[in-house]
Amino acid sequence: MALLQIAEPGESDAPHEHRLAVGIDLGTTNSLVATVRSGMSLVLNDERGRSLLPSIVRYAGGGEIEVGYAAQAHQASDPRNTVVSAKRFMGRGRKDIAHVEMLPYDFIDAEGMVKLKTAQGVKSPVEVSAEILRALRIRAEASLGGELTGAVITVPAYFDDAQRQATKDAARLAGLNVLRLLNEPTAAAIAYGLDNGAEGVYAVFDLGGGTFDISILRLSKGVFEVMATGGDSALGGDDFDHRVFCWIIEQAGLAPLSPQDVRLLQVRAREAKEYLSQHSEAPITVKLGSGEYVDVTLTTDIFTEITRTLVQKTLVPSRKALRDAGLTAEDIKGVVMVGGSTRMPQIQHAVGEFFRQEPLNNLDPDKVVALGAAIQANLLAGNRAAGDDWLLLDVIPLSLGLETMGGLVEKVIPRNSTIPIARAQEFTTYKDGQTALAVHVVQGERELVSDCRSLARFELRGIPPMVAGAARIRVTFQVDADGLLSVAARELTSGHEARIEVKPSYGLSDDEIAAMLKDSFSHASDDAFRRALREAQVEAQRLIEAVQSALKEDPELLSAAERSHVDNAIVRLQATIMGDDRRAIDQAMDTLSKGTDEFAARRMNKSVSKALSGKKIDQIGIDA
Amino acid sequence: MSACTTTTSEAPAAPQAVPVNWQGAERASPVTLSARAADHIARFLAKRGKGIGIRLGVRTSGCSGMAYKLEFADGPNPEDIEFISHGVKVLVDPKSLPYLSGTELDYAREGLNEGFKFNNPNVKDACGCGESFNV
Repeated sequence: MALLQIAEPGESDAPHEHRLAVGIDLGTTNSLVATVRSGMSLVLNDERGRSLLPSIVRYAGGGEIEVGYAAQAHQASDPRNTVVSAKRFMGRGRKDIAHVEMLPYDFIDAEGMVKLKTAQGVKSPVEVSAEILRALRIRAEASLGGELTGAVITVPAYFDDAQRQATKDAARLAGLNVLRLLNEPTAAAIAYGLDNGAEGVYAVFDLGGGTFDISILRLSKGVFEVMATGGDSALGGDDFDHRVFCWIIEQAGLAPLSPQDVRLLQVRAREAKEYLSQHSEAPITVKLGSGEYVDVTLTTDIFTEITRTLVQKTLVPSRKALRDAGLTAEDIKGVVMVGGSTRMPQIQHAVGEFFRQEPLNNLDPDKVVALGAAIQANLLAGNRAAGDDWLLLDVIPLSLGLETMGGLVEKVIPRNSTIPIARAQEFTTYKDGQTALAVHVVQGERELVSDCRSLARFELRGIPPMVAGAARIRVTFQVDADGLLSVAARELTSGHEARIEVKPSYGLSDDEIAAMLKDSFSHASDDAFRRALREAQVEAQRLIEAVQSALKEDPELLSAAERSHVDNAIVRLQATIMGDDRRAIDQAMDTLSKGTDEFAARRMNKSVSKALSGKKIDQIGIDA
Repeated sequence: MSACTTTTSEAPAAPQAVPVNWQGAERASPVTLSARAADHIARFLAKRGKGIGIRLGVRTSGCSGMAYKLEFADGPNPEDIEFISHGVKVLVDPKSLPYLSGTELDYAREGLNEGFKFNNPNVKDACGCGESFNV
């Protein structure tokens, strides 16, 4: 007998057609899977009642693959084949990884993304992540009693195209149908139901085991826009444990410890920290392998004192994120707490003081992202209650466009457009008889290609030879619900088409995105000037080429004096193009243009008389 | 989707007597909830924030003819028959009642999976997974 869940009125599924959907928080340290059951979002536990799955995969020498706690047990004994924090390597090249030399892995710098050499051969971070996702899928299917319709997987807000694509690839490899990738802070906001009502600006404060992220989200009309992100990729609960660990050693006056004793004390340090979230004193008594006894008591006051600088370190990126968003603490309507480390009263207090309000913390901060993802997955799978007819949207963080003549950027999809989105724009050829068009896709806010990030290049071939400007080429940019871009170019008369899925080999970090945005503001007037200059230069070049091709065709229409006059005007215009005086370019263009008016008129007469010559008057098509 | 195979019991159970008078049936409460099921329903309703109880029913669909309906109820329909079981309001439409008479709704855990289970004495045979049934 199948086990049933309560449906919304009128929404009972037909038998065998339950749309089982889950939300997955694929974390750096731990991962979780959640679902909506009888209208309630809840995290699915493993057979031993544990909700977290350590994001650790071990490729054992015997051909066995262990995931989670089983892999964690071998972290110390088999570090080379036990991959932790694979999320940090997703879609990253070797040079993008911080402290790569400190990691115990055999990295291979493959194109686009690093790979790791293990006892079971070379594995990419995508494959490692797929093992974690597969374990969660199996857990979910056992819990829900059926195959999954799909999953929503969360990613950090600052993940770029390459990292998102890698995450999606991992999910597919794990046999999951990805309904959508969702930004982690957005998922946390959904778990708190912020999407259901109040419009406004929210902060999501995410302090995990090893990383800290702060995001400023604006909610309007059911759309969450990420206004700013910031953080510290090397700050988390582990650092607090370490401070306690050092304090214990100092208090107990311990000599250098064996690795086992270090591990033991680290565990005790963490336990003491967690105990202090509920109590004012944590006794720490340990018998070390060396035979020494440790017997100290950590009080809240001491803990606050030794971790004060760490708490302060979370406020620096918070302040910066507010500044990037152009806001102050008063503008923040609510603060969502994410990550187990936000349980520390010291953090709660500091965040409350900084944002001048009590943070939202009544949901389990370890689970809140997965819970929000589950709610979104349930909606996307089609299990909607009446009144839930909205669809949550995300926006693209930076404008997408392509390169036009002169290295200028033509923006096709402006930043903060809600996704999914498709936009088409028509372009044309620049030269007579041009049969191919190079499409260079760029991302960024600046006016010149050199200041933006190059995403992809491809060529459209087979354009029928035509005069410059006659061809009509429709370029379509499409961004799917996960923020992934595909670009297609189609020549409308011949129907020739070329397209590309954008899989950039290297990504932008959140800092780079922020920097690019800031650049675009501070360079706005400079950029406008440079754009105008480039446009004038392109226009001038076009005029020169048109005149030169006409001169080549009909040299006999000009006298030697006239010819030298035109040639001089061309040389003068060419000289101004090299410089950066836009007015001089305009003037020289004007001179050349006026100087060739007569020439153009003669050419016109010539071609008309050529068309008419030798024809009787009734043969000339005046059949209008 | 799991395959749908029909498993017929060797000796079909004798058809249950169906109460003719529904008003009388109300006293006998032909549809009941187990304490555990009632407990879970109450929790789900509280979490959901609205709804007066749950609605049970059957529909003709599925590979063995009938399928259960289990939904939150936001208000009674005029023809509904109401029961109270362990403090939870249960609504059943009169057309479904003959198929559900004598049913106890339980909340069960099978491995990692948990959910509601219809213990329905009227069922003669069900498809392999039990999601649809015959009377």
